[in-house]
Amino acid sequence: MIQRTPFANALTYGVMIFGFLLLIGPFVVIVSGASQTFQQVNSIPFSFLPQDRLLENMSAAWTRASLGTAMLNSFVMASLVTVGKVALSALTAFAIVFFRTPLKGFFFWMVFITLMLPLEVRVVPTYAVAADLFQPVRLLISAVTGFEVSVDWNLLNSYAGLTLPLIATATGTFLYRQFYLTLPDELAEAARMDGSGPIRFFIDMLLPLSRTNMLALTTIMFVYGWNQYLWPLLMVTDPQYKTTMMSLVALLPSDNGTPDWNVTLAGSLIIMLPPLVVVAVLQRWFVRGLVATEK
Amino acid sequence: MADIAIRAVRKSYGKTPTLHGIDLAFASGEFVVILGPSGCGKSTLLRMIAGLEEITAGEIAINGRVVNRLEPRERGCAMVFQNYALYPHMTVAGNIGYALKVAGVPKAERLRRIEETARIVGLVDYLDRKPAALSGGQRQRVAMARAIIREPSVFLFDEPLSNLDAKLRVTMRAEIRKLHQRLSATSIFVTHDQVEAMTLADKLVVMNKGVVEQVGQPLDIYHRPASIFVASFIGSPAMNLFDAHISVDDACLAFGGTKVAIDKALAARLGERHVTVGIRPEQCVVTSEARGISMKVDFVEELGSGRVVHSELDGHPFAACVDEETLVRPGDRIALELPLAHLHVFDRETGRRIELEFEPRSGRSATKRQMLEAV
Repeated sequence: MIQRTPFANALTYGVMIFGFLLLIGPFVVIVSGASQTFQQVNSIPFSFLPQDRLLENMSAAWTRASLGTAMLNSFVMASLVTVGKVALSALTAFAIVFFRTPLKGFFFWMVFITLMLPLEVRVVPTYAVAADLFQPVRLLISAVTGFEVSVDWNLLNSYAGLTLPLIATATGTFLYRQFYLTLPDELAEAARMDGSGPIRFFIDMLLPLSRTNMLALTTIMFVYGWNQYLWPLLMVTDPQYKTTMMSLVALLPSDNGTPDWNVTLAGSLIIMLPPLVVVAVLQRWFVRGLVATEK
Repeated sequence: MADIAIRAVRKSYGKTPTLHGIDLAFASGEFVVILGPSGCGKSTLLRMIAGLEEITAGEIAINGRVVNRLEPRERGCAMVFQNYALYPHMTVAGNIGYALKVAGVPKAERLRRIEETARIVGLVDYLDRKPAALSGGQRQRVAMARAIIREPSVFLFDEPLSNLDAKLRVTMRAEIRKLHQRLSATSIFVTHDQVEAMTLADKLVVMNKGVVEQVGQPLDIYHRPASIFVASFIGSPAMNLFDAHISVDDACLAFGGTKVAIDKALAARLGERHVTVGIRPEQCVVTSEARGISMKVDFVEELGSGRVVHSELDGHPFAACVDEETLVRPGDRIALELPLAHLHVFDRETGRRIELEFEPRSGRSATKRQMLEAV
């Protein structure tokens, strides 16, 4: 704001406080509700004051929804999605930006177009593929030879099935491409003159230079992977592979059951923590990387 | 140390040709400067020698070995880029030693050579710094050290001084020259700055629009520019160029309402025609009204050691350098004598130089020294 009048300042602060309350409000409800007893959480009016029952409620939620396995599964899934995505996008963008091939434009647009097709849109065909990976080969064989080959090969109930479809999307590639384009051509040329080949250049130059980029993507992707609900719901039937978002359903009080919202809220607080920790830890590096940009 | 041969080299981007057949040969240890305006293809040529651009046609040989198909690292060239292209995440030592690291030189050996190279360019105290914490001149030195450490047989400089301020440019120019004397590797230096070109070059190559206009020693090119382009590009202030007519009957060169008599035989050889005549501002001589061409002074540039007088001749802008004692003000009239020995005559159609001497190879002959005055 260019003008600084008391009224303008008051208005600014007003809007800011309103926005802050809007964001922090639900969180306050979760924290206070999760620390209250069954009676307190169901009393009207609702008390926004935290009580001392937090740990009890948490442990109740942990056992009821068997959060142990679910947390582990979610953590493995989110980590695999993050690592896979960062690796894949760094490499695809490298191929698109630094190599001169006749089909470069074609490949870029093929990748780019998938930006408009998030998982939710293509969930049915993606499921069909994941559920029967051998199908294309089988179709080919039956078309050529007339034989029906029966091979059962699918990704249901596996970490591969949980993560692969989430890894193959364009957002990260696009982010990396934009970053690579900001690097001067001379950098690659100087490295070439110094005798470094493409792989060496990638490891020695691009990886260290894209650290900020990588951490930003890691933050986003971990939260994205952790919060997946629809896809695990489709891929997983075996309780061994349940993720936290699925077990959240088990925490909801059933229609005619006891409305113990305190346990539900404590459970969701546990589930919320890992992404919160990741954001809190990486944000420090993230901001540092942004501030100390080197030319 | 390596000699370089460039034979009928062409470059096209898609269907657009940028280099139209370049033939050049550089001797081992020579300091070659390629000079030309932006877009003339000089950087492209350098990058083709380095191996960063593909050669569309023709061939380039370094030390007798055709390098068309070789990777940059196999050509024995090192390059200093205009924006230095330092690796921003590495320290100065890391930058200088990167080529050795890639080549797999053991660490102890590498550190020794980094230190040694840093000493040559005066960077020993800065080895732990990142490029972002260096001044422009220091970055330039890092870029040079990075080239030196590879002990290349050919040094390539792509306008390395144009990002520096005027004073630093002069210092670095001297340092590059000193470095060349010390390492005596063949060096090719691309620039659009004619002062840099004149001061640095053993051999000067002037390029324009994808062709080589003239190759030679800087002074030769200054004294005998082969074309109108070279004449106007080399020298500061730029050479005055104006129209003139060669008359065979009168045996003279007519311009600006005056006639400069030339040798009869010469006039006969050249034939009746319109030409472009040039003279450098520093070679005009102030004289009396009776002997010179009188011009009205438009404005005066003070240089301290002298001044440049700007006026007009036949509608063409005309500059002349005068000494400190010659006081002129805008609006004054000044009489200038244009000695025949210093006149350059060019064909108006082709832009090429026409020799005024009978035998161009005999040096400054008597005919040229016949200073014939304005009638």
